[in-house]
Amino acid sequence: MLGLGKKDTTLVLLVACLTMLAPFLLNPFPEGSAMAQFNAGYPDLMQRFVIFGIFAIGFNILFGLTGYLSFGHAAFLGIGSYAAVWMFKLLSMNVIPAILLAVVMSGLFALLIGFISLRRSGIYFSILTLAFAQMMFALAYSVLTPITGGETGLQLAPDDPRVLDTATSASGNIPVPGLFGMEMRDTAKLELGSWVFTFNVGYYFSAIVMLISFYLAIRIFRSPFGMMLRAVKSNQQRVNYTGLNARPYTLAAFVISGMYAGLAGGLMASMDPLAGAERMFWTASGEVVLMTILGGAGTLIGPVLGAGMIKYMENIISKINSDILHSWFAFLPDGLEDFMVAIVYPFIGKGWHLTLGIIFMLVVIFLPGGLVEGGQRIARLFRRKKQAKGDDASKAKQPAE
Amino acid sequence: MGILEVKGVNKRFGGLQALGDVNLSVQENKVHAIIGPNGAGKSTLLNCLVGKLIPDTGSVMFKGQSVLGRKPYEINQMGISRVFQTPEIFGDLSVLENVMIPCFARRDGAFRMHAIESVQSEHEIMDMAMTMLEDVNMAEKRDMHAASLSRGDKRRLEMAMCLVQEPSLLLLDEPTAGMARADTNNTIDLLREIKEKRDITMCIIEHDMHVVFSLADRITVLAQGTPLVEDAPENIKGNPKVREAYLGESA
Repeated sequence: MLGLGKKDTTLVLLVACLTMLAPFLLNPFPEGSAMAQFNAGYPDLMQRFVIFGIFAIGFNILFGLTGYLSFGHAAFLGIGSYAAVWMFKLLSMNVIPAILLAVVMSGLFALLIGFISLRRSGIYFSILTLAFAQMMFALAYSVLTPITGGETGLQLAPDDPRVLDTATSASGNIPVPGLFGMEMRDTAKLELGSWVFTFNVGYYFSAIVMLISFYLAIRIFRSPFGMMLRAVKSNQQRVNYTGLNARPYTLAAFVISGMYAGLAGGLMASMDPLAGAERMFWTASGEVVLMTILGGAGTLIGPVLGAGMIKYMENIISKINSDILHSWFAFLPDGLEDFMVAIVYPFIGKGWHLTLGIIFMLVVIFLPGGLVEGGQRIARLFRRKKQAKGDDASKAKQPAE
Repeated sequence: MGILEVKGVNKRFGGLQALGDVNLSVQENKVHAIIGPNGAGKSTLLNCLVGKLIPDTGSVMFKGQSVLGRKPYEINQMGISRVFQTPEIFGDLSVLENVMIPCFARRDGAFRMHAIESVQSEHEIMDMAMTMLEDVNMAEKRDMHAASLSRGDKRRLEMAMCLVQEPSLLLLDEPTAGMARADTNNTIDLLREIKEKRDITMCIIEHDMHVVFSLADRITVLAQGTPLVEDAPENIKGNPKVREAYLGESA
């Protein structure tokens, strides 16, 4: 279907189902129950899942296919956000032109940065991209304040031109981003018994954009271009002696993945129209590396899984506090309860980074292929069991013959 | 006038004169072997031909065009393919993909952005690669990971990758290094077959005299960076100078 093989079609359909049904799947616990805090089905977080999913899918096109580890990809995310907010300020609150400009601008910057950084490979490439990202962060934070808003970030104002739109909405407020009349923050709630499911325009818009990005990424992976990129990763010497110029291939991959990052940045600004320099900080670049490796670099679905996992932990685990812990361990005798809380406490709340670090270490050591490899191993285990059962059954039959 | 003309090539590495005034003329559709003891400058010479090294002085002309200053991929696109001493293949890719990549390079040139078409729909390229794999008896291994092939198979695969480009000149850097006798004989047969089937010029660097004398039409003996003699194989065998510089050592 759509030029994909059977397996890939299944994967796209699976991801489509998961994203479309996410408001249900991520809210398995009834409202008001003790487990409700593990519900992730609220618009803000669901949007982040898919937006960082796009960011990681794009990063994986560069890192997973060519093996070039960019350590400054957040710069393109930031550029995308700034470009989108400027479009909201100058043109209209429609998200389409904003996102288009975000993609184009980040693509142009990726072309420039990639052209320079790709002169080197390995650790030198990583350092070059990191240097560029930090320079851009510093510029956005200080010198370029008129364009970027500096420390406060770039925000909408009632006196923005907005040539195609009104500067203020009917009620005199700053208008909100929308898509031909639908506001991104519009939300419908469905209450079934004690369950509450939230459907948000912004989430569904981002989810559809993610599905398209995911589909395009699969096409790239399965194309001759994708094969060349894997060849570059595998043996650059042989690429050169096979009559292929590796530079434009890697540059194209760099620009494509920069555009994905810009798309994610533009979507972020569309959900919440402000952009700050901290989006370009190096920890943000590190985060997307973690997402990709955690999920499985070079796999199709891995980066999306990694992005989801990290964002879930960031938002859910960090919200657990000591009171909640005490209520969990309330069934234990007092002394033991305090002891258990003391042990678990460093891993929750602000300590979620510790949990993430441990999980990341475990994955890298025991599952070098990331969560995807974990899934494959489990699947293989089940298949083997099934096969063993089948063998037993056929053996049991034979003596009877 | 040969297909490859090397004239007055010098190359120094610091104080070491690796190549001193090397002249070489490789005739079309012939197998030209370059032999010589260790450190004679054979590999340096080869690296000067493919753009990995640039000679200090002298000229290297291929089909009447200079290759000096060109990048390795440009020289390959001119029609020179190279087999390495240790096979250089795409270990992470399947055997079939390994052969498809040079097919793409031959058809589309050094770069083409074909990011949306599927590899599966490139029937022409697939057929070309499969035919080549059948030629080297590796068709049944098409889906194997290239890294998991045996050493001999890796060599054959690399050879297939070079041949599928139908180069005018194939450079082979010790194609039988580290091979068992049986594998060496297979390689000789393979190269002979290639020579008979295709209009191809080969330039072989080799240690193994058995290989050299079974294949070469012409032999250049290199010693300490300079060509000692260039002659037909039967004359080389009897040449006392060569015996002293090279064969004498191994006898």
